[in-house]
Formats: sequence, C-alpha cells, structure tokens
Amino acid sequence: METLEHIIAEHSFFAGLESYYTNLLTGCASNVRFDAGTYIFKEGEEANEFYLIRTGKVALEIFAPQRKPIMLETLGEGEVLGWSWLLPPYQWRFHAHAVETVRAIALDGKCLRTKCEENHDLGYEILKRFAHIMEQRLEATRFQLLDVYRVGR
Amino acid sequence: MTETVNQYVLENTDFQRLLDALIKRGYQVLGPTVRDGAIVYDVVESLSDFPAGWTDEQEAGRYRLRRRNDGALFGYVVGPQSWKKYLHPAEVRLLSAERSGQTFRILNNEPAPPRRAFLGVRGCELAAIAVQDRVLQGDRYRDPIYAARREGIFIVAVNCTQAAPTCFCTSMGTGPRVRGSYDLALTELVGPGKHEFVIEAGSDAGAEVLAELAPTPAPSVASEAVCQEAEAAVERAASQMQRRMDTTGIRDLLYANFDHPRWDNVAQRCLTCANCTMVCPTCFCTTVEEVSDVTGTHAERWRKWDSCFTQNFSYIHGGSVRSSAKSRYRQWMTHKLASWMDQFGSSGCVGCGRCITWCPVGIDITEEVRAIQETPASSKESSHGNP
Amino acid sequence: MTMATAATTDPMLPQPYSVRQVIKETADTFTLTLEPPNGAGGNRFQPGQFSMLWVFGVGELPISISGDPAERDRLVYTVRSVGQATLALVSREVGDAVGVRGPFGTGWPVAEAEGRDVLVIAGGIGLAPLRPVIYEVLHNREKYGRLVVLYGARSPRDVLYRKELAAWGRQRETQVLVTVDYGGLSWRGHVGVVTTLFKYARLQPARSLAFACGPEIMMRFVARDLETHGFARENIYLSMERNMKCGIGFCGHCQYGPHFICKDGPIFPYDRMRPLLEKYEL
Repeated sequence: METLEHIIAEHSFFAGLESYYTNLLTGCASNVRFDAGTYIFKEGEEANEFYLIRTGKVALEIFAPQRKPIMLETLGEGEVLGWSWLLPPYQWRFHAHAVETVRAIALDGKCLRTKCEENHDLGYEILKRFAHIMEQRLEATRFQLLDVYRVGR
Repeated sequence: MTETVNQYVLENTDFQRLLDALIKRGYQVLGPTVRDGAIVYDVVESLSDFPAGWTDEQEAGRYRLRRRNDGALFGYVVGPQSWKKYLHPAEVRLLSAERSGQTFRILNNEPAPPRRAFLGVRGCELAAIAVQDRVLQGDRYRDPIYAARREGIFIVAVNCTQAAPTCFCTSMGTGPRVRGSYDLALTELVGPGKHEFVIEAGSDAGAEVLAELAPTPAPSVASEAVCQEAEAAVERAASQMQRRMDTTGIRDLLYANFDHPRWDNVAQRCLTCANCTMVCPTCFCTTVEEVSDVTGTHAERWRKWDSCFTQNFSYIHGGSVRSSAKSRYRQWMTHKLASWMDQFGSSGCVGCGRCITWCPVGIDITEEVRAIQETPASSKESSHGNP
Repeated sequence: MTMATAATTDPMLPQPYSVRQVIKETADTFTLTLEPPNGAGGNRFQPGQFSMLWVFGVGELPISISGDPAERDRLVYTVRSVGQATLALVSREVGDAVGVRGPFGTGWPVAEAEGRDVLVIAGGIGLAPLRPVIYEVLHNREKYGRLVVLYGARSPRDVLYRKELAAWGRQRETQVLVTVDYGGLSWRGHVGVVTTLFKYARLQPARSLAFACGPEIMMRFVARDLETHGFARENIYLSMERNMKCGIGFCGHCQYGPHFICKDGPIFPYDRMRPLLEKYEL
C-alpha cells in the first residue's frame, strides 16, 4: 500500500527534492477526499493548505452578480491546486469546486510557511516549483484570453 | 554555338511585305502604335500604324513621347504595356453557366483566341514571356487560358539599339540582344540615306516567312559590314545602361532582411497604387469575380488581374494578413527578386524598368535593393526559404 | 504529389455535385454531404486536402474535406458560416448543386505515421480537416500505434462531432480528450486551453507524429508546447491557411513566404514553418 511519504516523493511536483525535505513535507501532509459537487475552498477564505490532486477534477470558479458561476479552468490528475497560501494576504482568490469526486494529498500551508521562513533553502525549492506552475498557468491564461476561436475581430 | 545563322537585310520600304506575309498566313499582327501619349500594343496592319519617328523619354515616375529626327519604327524602348496583355489577359471569362432546376450547367461557349503574331518583342519582353511560360504552363498545373493564347504565337523580336535610363536588362541577363525562342529577329539601322533591318530567322516558321520575302526585290544577304554595324548598335544600347542591380546572393539577402528599416522608408513613399504590378511583364496575380444576372438564372466567373498591393489581397476571415503598405511593398519586391527563385528557378524580374517609370512617386527597385545591400541588417543565411 | 482532376478537365471548371445531406453541428457550423454528378465514384482524396466549393452566382471558397476517405461515393465538408459565401454554402438544401473543384493540396503524412503513435490536436473548426485522419487510422488500426485526439473548442456549444468523439474514445489504443476555453454549468469536462491536455496524453513523443490544425495562434502555442514535451520539429505538422482564389497556384493570393499554401501545402512540417510563423505580416 502506498504511503503518504511514497506518494509525495514520487510526485512530479517534488521531483529533485532532498529526502530530508520530503520527510518534512510528509509531516505536513494528509490524505483527503472531496465528494463531487462540494467546494474544496471558497473565495475570501483563509488559505492554509494546498493540494496535490491524485484523481478527479477541480474547477476554479468565480461568482459575479447576475450571472451563473463562471468556470475559469479545470485541474485534473497530477496537478497542484492552490498557491494563495504561499504569499500574503493568504486568502483564496477563487472557489475550488470538485466537479468529480476528488482524492488529493492536502499539505498544511501554515505549517510549511513557518518551515520555509526558518529554512530558506527549503523556501527556495518550494518557490521555484510554484513559480514554474505560475508561469505555465500564466501562459495558458494568456492563450485563453486571446479567444482564438471567436469569429471576426 | 557552331551553327551560323544567315542574316539578311530588309529595306524599310519592304517592311510592309513582312506585315503582309504574316497577315496572309492568318495571323492577327500585334505591334506598337501611338495612342494616349504612349506607345502601346495593338493590331497593326500597315506601316502607318507604327510609331515611326517617335521615341520615349523615361525616368523614375516619368514617361513622355518625343519626336525623333529620323523615321525609326522601333526607335523607342518599352511602353506601359507588355505582351501579357494578350497571353494573360486583364479580363477573361472562366465560365458561363445557367441554372437548371436545382443544378447548373456550364456552357462551353468560350471563344477561341485568334492566331497572333507579336511584332516588336524586346529582349526583356522575350525573357518575360519565358518567365510566364514557366509559371503558367511549367508547374504543377497548366493554365489552359494561357496555353491556348501562347500556342502558335509568331514572334518577331527586336534587338534594342538604345536603352532608356530606367533599363537594367544587362544586370538581369535578358538583353539588349534577344535570347530565347523567337521566329524572326530584327535589328533596325537608321542613318542618313539609310533605313534597313538586319533580319534573321530563329525557327522553321521564321525561315519560311523569310524565304517568301526573297522574291525581288530580295532581302540580300547581309554584308560583313552591316552585321558589324548591327552588333555595334546593340552594344551601344548595352553601354547606355544607367541602372544596375547586383543580383549576387539577392535571394538570401532579402530573406534575411525582413525587418530592415529600408522597408519603413519605402512604405512612406509607396501609395500601394499597384501601377508597378500592372505594367510588370511577369506579374501574374489574378482574382475571380462572380457575375450574375438579376433573375439569378445565369452566372459567369471572370478572372481579372489583381495586385498584391491591394488591401484585400491577403484577406482571410477576421482581416488581412498584410495590412500595412510596408508589408505589401516588401511582399512584392521579395517575391519578384527572391521567392520567385525558389518557386520557379529564376528571378521574376527581367530588368525592363517599367515599374520605375510608371511609379507615380518614382520608387526605383534597383535603388531599394542597393539600399539593403549597403546596410544589411543581416547578411547571414536565413531559414526563411526552404531549408 | 497530387493530381488534380483528369488531365483533360480544366481545373478551373467546377463539377456540379448534389447536396445529399446537411447536418447542423453547432449554431453556425454545418456538415454537408455532396454526391458527384451521375453517381460517379472515385472521389479519392488524401486526408488534409481541400476542394474549391462554388455556389452559383455567389462565390467560391476553399473548404477542407472532412469525410471518410474510404467512402468514395461522396465528399463531406464541415463549414462554419462566417460571411456571405459560407452562409450561402450552409444554406444549401438537399438536391441543390454545389460546384466542386479539386481535391487540391498536400495531405497529412498518414503513410509516414504507420508504425508510430499519432497525436491529433485540433482547435475549433480545425477538427474538420483532421477527422479524415482519425477515420483512416481507426479503419486500419493495426497499421498504427496509439491514437490520441486532443480537441479544444470555445465553449461546450461549439464542440463538433460530439457523438463521434465519444465513440472514438472507446476504440482500443485510442484516447480522446476534449476541453473548452469557456466552461458552462452543465459541462463536466476540462476547461482550459488545448495545451493543458498535453500532460494527459499517453504516448511516446519519440515515436509519434503530431498533426495540428486550428487558428494560427493556437498552432503556434501548440507546436511550442509539443517541442517542450519532446517532439522533434520535423515530426509536427500544421495546416496553414491563406486567401485563395484558384487553389492551383496561379492567382498568387495564398503565398506564404516562398510557399503556395494551395499546392506546396496546406500541410507543412513545423521545422519549415517555424521561421515564418514569427514574422509579422509575412
């Protein structure tokens, strides 16, 4: 049976991290599950954790007055959900809605923040990985903004 | 070349007989004539149709006719028209169709083009015909409209004995001596008390016509002196050439200088009026227009000359790809001098200089090339073309 | 190397094909099935080729063939109504005639894909010229490796060939993933640009060919990402588009650098396209 430690060590997001650090992270981790239709977190709530999605699909949503909830994008198996825990004001920007039943590893962000402040080497490793994710999401978002399939100008 | 071609002398007074011989053989003879202040091509039937004693003064953005002090028939250089007027017409109907219930029927009623003779084809023009032959008959598909008009053309070529300031055929290897396929070639010699043509055949059809001109008074075999005089006259034309284009590595040069600031420079002058493409003897772009009657029972498709300078030339849903004047001038010049080589194995330019003469603001293609050659942003080989 | 119609037929003369069926795929996109005059068979085409379709008295357009190459008795086209001519085309009724010239152009290098995995990436209407590839691979399954179809549409309402996508996904060694740029409440699928699907594609880039078709910007993002995921440039193919008036290399409108999209393309390998794609207003 796969242990938490094993899952974290094998996850692509943590590839290349020293085992000392993966042990540390395991200490902040737990297995979680969200039923389809439930919200993993809501916009405005305090952001204290992030998730490695193992199975299922999560939709990032935003509510606007007079409109139904807008689905911005979906994240699936293997992806990392949430980075608002990393930088102040530590507040979620969007809703995370489990579109299908989601199984994930939850990592205690509050705990990890403290450890990163104490150990800047760990902090740098974590920030590098999140920077890469943000870069990919930014490029995808810019591509999405172009609305390439729209007809005309 | 070991084969010597006999050259003959045809007196100007006998020139009409050449015309008659062609007309008798069923050719519609097309040649130069004066109209609207220019020397254009039209049907010629008699000597009086020719621009005898006229010449053209050409410079960038300037064309005027001026009287000569002799009666030379070919004492001009090139006019605004080229032979593509007949081979690749400005307007031609592709098809005519009529509705029949839910379907349509194409009516095979396109008239066949007449048999034609071109009288007065310059070296650059002969080269241009060969260039269009390659584009319209020698590639993956064959244009039947061009093919039908091209087949059986009788060409009487004329060696130039003077050059206009806008000419640069020597740079492009297309003149002033004609080279290529022709039926007859003439060099006109005019002087005090003399007006004759040194004439030679370039094909069996040409030899046959020449033979008919043999009965008295006969075109006599040209003497050594007359042949040399003709040579010298053509040499003189070559030495008069004022403009040059250095075509060494020009393909890679233009591909590598897509972002050269010179394009912005020319864009400030170019009006995108498309004159250059209209007068250019090798430009071949066309568009297709739909024509239908009010009842909607009859429809026609017409093919018309088009120009890459127009705003809509590169339109695809959403807008035009080449929106700016800069991009359109760059497209034309790069196609003409560079891409054409990859597409068809030769330059698209024959050095006739028409684009320089007929540009209302006098843009000079040789000057634009030189400007980029002198300050290349990049002269290294680019991957722009085929790898 | 393509052959136009028979050597004696003028490639500028349309044949009157007859509309057999019109299917409404989405609000503005329709699939037309055309049958040749006199029920003639032999309508062969390479996946990726296009025809010039003529509406009597209205106009003519280049439209990619989107049908099954094995069905020789018909030609199928999926057309998006974006202007006067396309509107006239999709408004045809059963029995109406549509003039057809072609097929023209180069096709997707399907033969080269034999023995390899095939990755098909489509954006919007770009799925239409790729559908013949999917049919070809599924009809000759043992000749090819894995087939992965990644399809991005604007919104759930713009997804083409829904039922077929589901059916294809059920074939062996075949993976079909669909995403939309803008989701909807009832959409339970992926939301995000088509490049976000790459990470889920199960194939080996080293032994794959990728065929991409969609808006030019989309193809640029796609090609770049494919390279990041281990695809060699010469194994990525794009379908390019430019204005066309003749389809046979004479009108000059479709030139892209030195290439005539109509006869040197529309399918090109990415290594040849890459230096051109970045040039503004080429």
